[in-house]
Order: sequence, then structure tokens, then C-alpha cells
Amino acid sequence: MSLIEIIVLLPLLAALTIALGAPARLTALGSSVVVLVLSLFAALNFRFQVEGAFQFESSRSLIDAAGMPEISLAFGLDGISLVLLLLSAIVLVAAVLVSPRENAIVGSSRLYYLSLLLIGGGAIGAFCSTDLFFLYAFHELALIPTFLMIGLFGRGENRVRTAWTVTIYLSIGSLVLLVGLLMAVVALGGSTFAIADLAALARSPETGIAAERQTWIFFLLLVGFGILVSLFPFHGWAAPAYSDAPIPVAMLHAGVLKKFGVYGLIRIALPFAPAGAEALLNLVLVLLLGNIIYLGLVTVAQKRLDRMLGYSSVMHMGYIFLGIAAGNKLGLAGAVLLMFAHGISIALLFALAGSIRERFGTLEFAKLGGLAANAPRLGLLFGFAAFAAAGLPGFANFAAEINVFFGGFADAEGSLGWLQWTTIIALWGVVISAVYMLRAYRSIFYGPAPAKLQSKADLAWPAALPVLILLVALISVGFVPELLNQYIRHALDGFFLVTPG
Amino acid sequence: MPVYYLEIIVVALGLLMLMIDAFVKLEDKRVIAWIGMLGLAVVFVLLFRVEWPESTDGAFWQFYSSGDQMALYFKGIAVLTTLIVLIMAADLSPLVVEQTASPAPGAHRQAGLGEFFALPMFTCAGLMWMASANNLVSIFVSLELVTVSFYIMVAYLRRNVGSLEAGVKYLILGALSTGFLVYGFAWLFGITGSMDLGEIAAALAAPDMNPTAALFSFALILVAVAFKVGAVPFHFWIPDVYQGAPTPITAFLSVGSKAAGFIVFLRLAQPFLSSGALAEKVTLVLGALAALTLIVGNLTALPQKNFKRLLAYSGIAHSGFLLMALASAPTAATANALTPATVIAFYLGAYLLMTLLAFLVMSTMRQRVVSEDIDAYRGLFKSSPFLAVTLLIAMASLAGIPLTAGFFGKFFVFKLAVEQEQWFLIVVGLVGAAAGFYYYLKVAASMFLEDPKASAGGDLAVPIGAVTRIAMILLIIAIFAAGVYPNLILGLLR
Repeated sequence: MSLIEIIVLLPLLAALTIALGAPARLTALGSSVVVLVLSLFAALNFRFQVEGAFQFESSRSLIDAAGMPEISLAFGLDGISLVLLLLSAIVLVAAVLVSPRENAIVGSSRLYYLSLLLIGGGAIGAFCSTDLFFLYAFHELALIPTFLMIGLFGRGENRVRTAWTVTIYLSIGSLVLLVGLLMAVVALGGSTFAIADLAALARSPETGIAAERQTWIFFLLLVGFGILVSLFPFHGWAAPAYSDAPIPVAMLHAGVLKKFGVYGLIRIALPFAPAGAEALLNLVLVLLLGNIIYLGLVTVAQKRLDRMLGYSSVMHMGYIFLGIAAGNKLGLAGAVLLMFAHGISIALLFALAGSIRERFGTLEFAKLGGLAANAPRLGLLFGFAAFAAAGLPGFANFAAEINVFFGGFADAEGSLGWLQWTTIIALWGVVISAVYMLRAYRSIFYGPAPAKLQSKADLAWPAALPVLILLVALISVGFVPELLNQYIRHALDGFFLVTPG
Repeated sequence: MPVYYLEIIVVALGLLMLMIDAFVKLEDKRVIAWIGMLGLAVVFVLLFRVEWPESTDGAFWQFYSSGDQMALYFKGIAVLTTLIVLIMAADLSPLVVEQTASPAPGAHRQAGLGEFFALPMFTCAGLMWMASANNLVSIFVSLELVTVSFYIMVAYLRRNVGSLEAGVKYLILGALSTGFLVYGFAWLFGITGSMDLGEIAAALAAPDMNPTAALFSFALILVAVAFKVGAVPFHFWIPDVYQGAPTPITAFLSVGSKAAGFIVFLRLAQPFLSSGALAEKVTLVLGALAALTLIVGNLTALPQKNFKRLLAYSGIAHSGFLLMALASAPTAATANALTPATVIAFYLGAYLLMTLLAFLVMSTMRQRVVSEDIDAYRGLFKSSPFLAVTLLIAMASLAGIPLTAGFFGKFFVFKLAVEQEQWFLIVVGLVGAAAGFYYYLKVAASMFLEDPKASAGGDLAVPIGAVTRIAMILLIIAIFAAGVYPNLILGLLR
């Protein structure tokens, strides 16, 4: 067993033991902490001097028959997947910590923790897979647990409906994705699913995919991954899902699982179909402005904190797309860093929203106010989280967004192209997110407290533990982005791609 | 041991069971079923130990394909299906007795139960022979052996109107399709002058072959075979017969009969597909059939409220995916390309695991809950979590969630279709698969997200027999194992 195999299989095995009767919370917490420790261990042992994409590689061949493609259970890490593995592990620990204790769960607490582990384990597996098949398969592992979590343990009267919406959206997205992936694999010879081999085939001019076919493949991958990542106009499922899901699921989904779509674009779509990416660049630019500007304004209009957070998470995906559209090292590095930063900050915000609801029973701005007076700790932490999400310097989000914006201009030679204009418009998104975050902060923590609102106890420090874990990660990367940038740069050096435009 | 002993053993086992039923005084006739299960388990083990006869030229065994791993694989499917059908039949025997026991004084309490266990054995022998049939005569005879025994089994619950109605429908339509098959065979024989599939293939590939007549015979054969596998528009019998037939027989029909139908389909289509003059047209027809089957099967499944009917339409939908593989037969041999035969064989193996698992849960539920509506499963997770999770796994695999066997089936089908650039079929298949997510998860939603129905009466905490439970656990393990390690099934094909 290699290190990564243990990291991937541990949450799944823990889920199995919970199903067979192990104490749910303890097992979930134990396994996720071990996963986090092992991921940190992997990060510390990452060898920068070694060339080549993947490290800690392991591979077990699963199909061995004439005429059948090679599929193997292969894991490995490069800088990008390492960053996302760290993100998943941190958020998973926080999500398990935030989950209610067994006796506080209405219904089967076993199913609750088991689903949580499957969602987290699926994300980890997807990020660590170096085989296209398992990259796809592990992501799908989260589908049914999400359905059950939202439908069974979700909030609000519409939860079953929301569970259906999410499941249908995501399953359609993954089916489109499947066809796109199969087209890419078949166009590249159809005999292997190993990502590194496929990328090498795609790079060589003899075996690369014909330009026209690349456009189709990139389009399907963009739609497929786009649905998973709530790219405009496929964003309909995201905000209701996050507001109706239990808090830990919202944290994992908005923070981690959604990043899979962007990860796939960087890992699969760009290297396999660079010409397709170039051909569809302008489409991507329009769609990402839809995310940033249109959905940004939708976010401003929200009247409930959880809905607002849901939309804000959808909106921020636009920046990641902008980094990808820039297509240069700077932009991509920013995009990857933003995946991490956004994942942590949105998980943090959802965790805090959960505490607010737990204490005050509502998340509607109109019914909240003046909380800072009797819950100063909560206010302080929420303030940090809101500033981080709005992209204030000192938080990881700032370091990432600045990279993305510079990336947009890195290749401009004198004149402004589509990309540069898009970047200029997208900059206004920063203002928009400052508007809604600050408004939310003001209306929840300052101003007059509504008469009906009973004052409740502040956040106790033990309960703040998951929040602090997330905040520490956010601030340390914010002050020393090099912590993660060193890994990301190493990976981007490994596979560089055609610069669009 | 020569491979054809297996069929003989199964027939002998069936005869033995009939004799026991007739001449041995048994208090509980389920003993007969247990004998059958034991015998089939032995036959299943023997499958791995058989050898092929030296030469079949001129001997009676010329009707029997030789050195054919695919045939052995399909024999395995037949045996396994029959084994699980017997488990279900034993579980449901009180219901069967209720509908069949003789009212005459002094009659055995379970009169009429013994044959219910013995008949599947003969069907099994027919299915096994069908897997090896390489000659129009042997195809026809084995097909009829299967069909005739199904006529009896479908209508077995003789005091149940639904079962009788199903039996009549199946009899009339089945007889009609047999007519088409024979007529098609006659044409094929007329064109090629041979009954042997190998010689037929050679004759169809010859330049002086009459394509119009060949296509006509193909159309006739297609009607008959499409009826057997439930392809649209020859699927109308499926929902009614599935719903009316006793649950174990429904499972038998939907797995055993379909698997055997597809291997016959493969063997009969192969000569046409490998003939240069016909391949294109035949592929077109198969593609149209696949598209229709996918659309109708999946979309009609959406509003179903009865679980058996849902499974019937799901069976049609799965036939659509299998036909999609058949319609994507490579016209030119390419390296590294999948072949429809392997894809279909894998798909059917996965289909066996997940469909039989669903039927096992259903027949267990049927002992307590009279209704077969999806609503009757409401809140099952609260009262019997084991059954609910088992059914959830079956549904997830049927829907094609990755890391289950069902996903690999669909995955190979789509890969094959992409390789052959069947874009239209791929789009239709996508719509179908997406619809599948909805109707399979609908069952899950009913079990997990809703509260038990007050009017369902009775306690949903259903007792599960030991053998049934073991069978369920083994199937679950197999579903996940094949979903991660497809070699488990593919290895059997080599």
C-alpha cells in the first residue's frame, strides 16, 4: 500500500466500518484527522528537485483483456492535486467537527457520518487519481450520499425537491462529462486511461487530437465540468443546494467537491484539447462574466445569509475560470491557489452560518442584528471570514485573486484583447463581493437587534475549533502564499500548454 | 468431463426433482428446491472444470459450438440465475401454495408446489444449450424448450387472474414470434443452403448473395429475437407479463431469458454484420431499434408507480443499451477496439447481479407486503435498514453509478459507441441514462426520505431467510468487486 492509497481508502474503509456498527462520530473524526496528518506528511515529503508530473505513484492494473482499454487503480500527486488534497483533508476534518453529535441527529446518525465520509473520500479520491476512469468514478461516489444527506438531514420544506434538483443536475453533468472524456480517450488511441500518458499523446503532433474534434471535446468537457462547478448558466442547482443541505455537506460541497470541475478543466480539458480551448475562449469569457457580474448582482439581492453564501460561492467560480482562461502560468497558479483559498473561506463562512442559525434560529438579515454586542467572538470570526471572501490582503484569497488578475494581463502586448477587457470588467466583481459581504456583516452583527431576537451565548472556544483550523489555514497561506505556490509552480512547470489569444 | 454433460446433468436433476415430488412423501416440499439449489451449485462449480470434446464433425454435437468461452460464460449466467430463482421460489412458496393447492380432501397441503421448483431446471437446461447453439436447428429447439417452460411458469398461479392473463398474453405473442423466427430461418436456409451459422456467414459474404432476400430474412429473425429481448416496438408484453407472473419467474424472465436472447441475437446477427453488402443496412436497423428501445424504455419508466412494472421498463431500457452495443459493431477490425460480444457479455453479467438483487429484495418484501407499489416501500430504511440499503445498492448499480458493476457496463457501451462514432445513439443513450437516474433514485427516495405509509398496514420489519440473506450479501460484494475490478467478469470470458 502506498501512502496515497492509504489516504484515499481510509475514509471509505471508515465509512464501511460505520455501516457495520463502529461508533460513528469517533470513527469519522479519527479517520479524517489521520487523513489530514498523512496529507501533511505527503506535502512535507514532496520532492521539488524531481522532474515529472506525479509523485508517490502507485498503480494496480484492473483490466487485463485483449481489446480492452487499460484501466488501473492509480494514484499519485503533483503540486496541484497536493494543494487540493490538503484542501479536502482540512475541510473534511472541519466538517466532521462541525457535525452534530450522534444523539443530536434526527434519524440514523450512522448514515449521516457515513455519507459525510463518502462525500469527502470521493473528493480526495478524485484529486489523487492519476487514472481518468477513477478521477471520474470517485467524484460520482458523492452523488447518492449528497442526495440522501440533503433529502434526509437537510433543512427547509423544499429539501427533498432540492435533493432531486442537485442530483439531476449533477448526474446530467457527469453524463455529458463521461461522453466528453470518452471522446478524448478514443481520439487519443483509446487504449489507456492513464492521465500522464494521455497528456503525452495529446502533446505530440502525430497523436494529438484533430483541431475540429478538439473543439467538440472541449465543449463537452466545458459543459460537463461546468455543470459540476456551477458555471453560468448551469448554476441553478448550487445556491439552493448549499442553503438546504446540512452545514457539513455545504462545507464539503461548496468548499471541496465543486473544485473538481475546475480541477478537471486544468488537468484534463486544457492539456488534451488546447486548440479547442483556444477556439472556445470567447465563450468561456462570456460565461465567466455571467458568473462574476450577473450572479454577483444576484448575490447582492439575497435576503438570507445561507442563500447569499451559496450565490457568492457560485460567483467566485468566475475568477477561477478567469485564471484558466488566461492560460498562462500566472493565471493558472492564481486559479489553483484560489481554489484552495475559496474552498477554505466558503467552508469557514458556512460553518459560522451554522453557528448563527444554531444560536438564533434564523439566517434572514431582517431578523438578525446587533449580534456583535453579545457574541463578540462569533462577530470577530465572521468578520475575518467575510473579509477573506471579499479578498482583503492578508488572506489567501487576495494572494490568489491578484495572481489571476495579473495573469489576465501577463500576455497583453500594448493593445487590449478580449481577455484583458474581461479582466477589467471582472475587477468590478471585487467591489460587488465587498458590497454584499459588508452588508451581510453589518446587518447581522451591527445595528439594532430586533426585539424578538433572544440573546444567546457566544461561541465557546471548543466549538470554535473547526473554525479556527480553517482560519489558520487561510491566514497562513495569505501571508506566505509561497507555502502552496511552491507546489503549484512545480506542477505547472511540468505541463505547460498553449497560450490562447 | 465434456462440456455437454452439464445440460444432461441439469435435465437429470430436473427429472429427479419431479420423481421426488411424485414418489417421496415429503412433509415440506421445499426440500425439492433445496436439492435443486445444491445440484445447481455443483453444476456451477463444474463449469470451471469442463473440457471441450475433441472434434464435433459429423457427430450429434455438431449442433454445439466448440471451444467457446463465451458459451460457457452464458451457461454460468443461466445456472446462477436459476439458482437464485429457486431461492426466491422457496421463499415465496406459501404464496404459491395459496394459489395452487388442491381443495380436494386428503390432498397434500403443498400439492402443486413441486413442479414450481422442477420447471426452472428445464428452462435452465434450455438456456444453457442456447448459449452453445451454433445451428439454426439447435437454436430453435433450445429456444422453444425455454419458451414452452416459461408458458407454464408464467401462468403458474392458477387462481390468480393476473397470472393467467400474463400467461395467455405471453403464450399468444410468444407463439407469434416463434412463427416469425421459423419463417426467417426458412428464408435464411433458402438463401444459403445451410443450417450451420459458420456456413451461413460464408454464404452471406459471397458476392453472388441476394441482398434483398437476406435482408428480408434478417427482418423476420429480428422481429422474433427483438420480442425475446424486449426491444421496442416488440416490448408490449413485457410490463403485463412481468407484473402478472410470480415474482421469481419475473426475475427469471428478465435475466435468464434476456441473456439467452442476447447471445442468440449476437450469433444470428454476426453473419449479417460480417457480410460486406449487408453490414451497413443491418447496423442502421439495429441502431434504429436501439434508439427506440432506449427512448421508450427509459421515458415510460419515469411515471411508473408499480415496482415490478418499473423493473420491466428498466429491463427494456437495459435492452436498449445492449442493442446500442450491438449496433456499434465495428465495420472494420481496429486494434484496441472493444467488440460488441465482450461488451454485451459484461453488461449482462452486471445486469444479472443487480437485477437479481433487486428481485431478491422484492420477493422478500412480498412475503409481508401484498402491494408491489413503490409507495409500499416508503420508510423501509427505518424499519429494515438492511433491505433498504441492499435495494439502494441494486438501484445505484442499475442507474450506473461508478464503482458498481452497472457503471462499467454502461461505460463500455458508451466507449464502444464513441469508437464507432454513433453520435445519435450516444445522445439518446445520454437522455436514457439521465432518466434512469431519476426513476431508480425514486425508489431510493421512497425508502429513505419518506415516512412509512400508515395504510400499508403490517410491520415492514421483514424477516429475511438465511439463504436469501447470504445470496444478497454475495451479490452486493460481487457488484462492488466487479465495479472496481472488472477483470472479475472479463476474466471469465477468456
